[in-house]
Amino acid sequence: MEKLKKSKKSKFRTFKAFLISRFIFINGIISIVVLGLILAFLVYNSIKFFSSYPFFSFITGTRWSPTVNEKFGFVPLMVGSLEVAFGAIIIAVPFSVGVAIYIGELAPRPVREILKPIIEVLATLPSVVLGFIGLKTIVPFIKNFFNLSIGLTALSGSIILAFMSMPTIISISEDAINAVPNRLRNASLALGANKWETTYKIVVPTASSGILAAIMLGLGRIIGETMAVLMITGNSPRIVFSWLQPVRTITATIAAEMGETVQGGLHYSALFAIGLILFLVTFLINFTSDRFVNRIRNL
Amino acid sequence: MKNNIKIQTRNYGFYYGNTKVLADIDMDILKNSTTAIIGPSGCGKSTFIRTFNRMNDLIVNAKVAGEIKIDGIDIYKDNIDVVDLRKKVGMVFQRPNPFPKTIYENIVYGPRLHKRCTKQQLDNIVEVSLKKSALWDEVKNKLRGSAMELSGGQQQRLCIARVLAVDPEIILMDEPASSLDPISTQRIEDLIDELKENYTIIIVTHNMQQAARVSQKTAFLLTENIGEPAKLIEYDNTDKIFTNPSDKRTENYITGRFG
Repeated sequence: MEKLKKSKKSKFRTFKAFLISRFIFINGIISIVVLGLILAFLVYNSIKFFSSYPFFSFITGTRWSPTVNEKFGFVPLMVGSLEVAFGAIIIAVPFSVGVAIYIGELAPRPVREILKPIIEVLATLPSVVLGFIGLKTIVPFIKNFFNLSIGLTALSGSIILAFMSMPTIISISEDAINAVPNRLRNASLALGANKWETTYKIVVPTASSGILAAIMLGLGRIIGETMAVLMITGNSPRIVFSWLQPVRTITATIAAEMGETVQGGLHYSALFAIGLILFLVTFLINFTSDRFVNRIRNL
Repeated sequence: MKNNIKIQTRNYGFYYGNTKVLADIDMDILKNSTTAIIGPSGCGKSTFIRTFNRMNDLIVNAKVAGEIKIDGIDIYKDNIDVVDLRKKVGMVFQRPNPFPKTIYENIVYGPRLHKRCTKQQLDNIVEVSLKKSALWDEVKNKLRGSAMELSGGQQQRLCIARVLAVDPEIILMDEPASSLDPISTQRIEDLIDELKENYTIIIVTHNMQQAARVSQKTAFLLTENIGEPAKLIEYDNTDKIFTNPSDKRTENYITGRFG
């Protein structure tokens, strides 16, 4: 039994393992604490607004005119954000899923090995650069194509946001498609299905939760995007139900107005309030998409 | 006798790129019987049976030489429709591979691909196939449940039912019981015994006793020297192979002297 006693060396190893696991634990805790602090900061700064401005007229208010008559109606911003986001998703999803299917299932190996990294690099394009490109290409195009007086519209924003979210959606959808085990493809082919039937009856449904997660993550990026939409959606906080008119999103409102507010004032606090809502929305979207991502891992 | 031959291979060879892995296989496989393919790991048994439903087509650079005739028709001719071929030649894989769908959906997948069926017909196909694969009693009350929740043995029988639903004539089985426990294995073997009445079955197996139990004919494949293609060493009635093989190498293999 003597031999089973802990030697000095094994004690040291235990201690080292203890230290390392603690270190990792602390890192994890810090990121959670920081997230909590951000939330606390947003809540703290928006308390003034929520306590002095009636919540009901904030949530249902149809006018956002903070400087002229201190009206803080959330509806126009929400409609603006939803309109741009919805348009972007409509444009991005079919295209991205199609590309993901092409890369994951149909493309020959060399093509796929070149295409995938290129698309992933596209995700790193700074949004201000994309905004600038959009301003110089999409905006004039929309203006001429629809014969409008101004090309800064919700549609322009949707198009540029679709571009921005595509790399994320393509890349993660392709991962999901790739994660579908080959034995399922073989089973389908051996039953007499052709390549295409196998893809749309077996591969895509099996990968669907991952594809949904990809779309959600893309949506998270779209909702949270600021710079490009600020540059090309026209920034007019009115409720319009047309893609061919200027709108203003939640994010653009914060970015555009934060510089001109009185620190600690009602307007300042109102911007934090809409920031808080934005935070909760994107958090919720990412949280749900994470759930879907986990589901595909359990295949 | 001639009419009894379902599959005929002549000078069959198989290449991965320039490497020949199988050579000169001449075999006549009989209708409504079970033929076992045995041989050491890596000798190309799976490659060989995947020839009969052309699953090897998926491998880049793979090439087939010689002739393979099913019912007298060369299946590697240009005018052969692979879909029709695979409808006729079903396959059960080594690991159970049900689709992550319901039990019902798994079975109707094949029939739905090939023809338009009414709900009534599909229900009927599901019941008949599951009964044939001896799974009906266990799952008849949970046809709408996920196939992934079945045990490994049940999943494999579901995969067999899924093949039967397409109404094939030949069933290829690539070590169908290698990932199953002894009791599930026994049930699969019993099933093979019943199925051979109506289907032509070719089974690859590592398990010599299994080959002896389920098959009427046995083929022994062997790569004699590394780098050379595997060849058909002996092909005969199963009882002869296992009691009195004519080739010394077969005897050495089945008595466990190598492999």
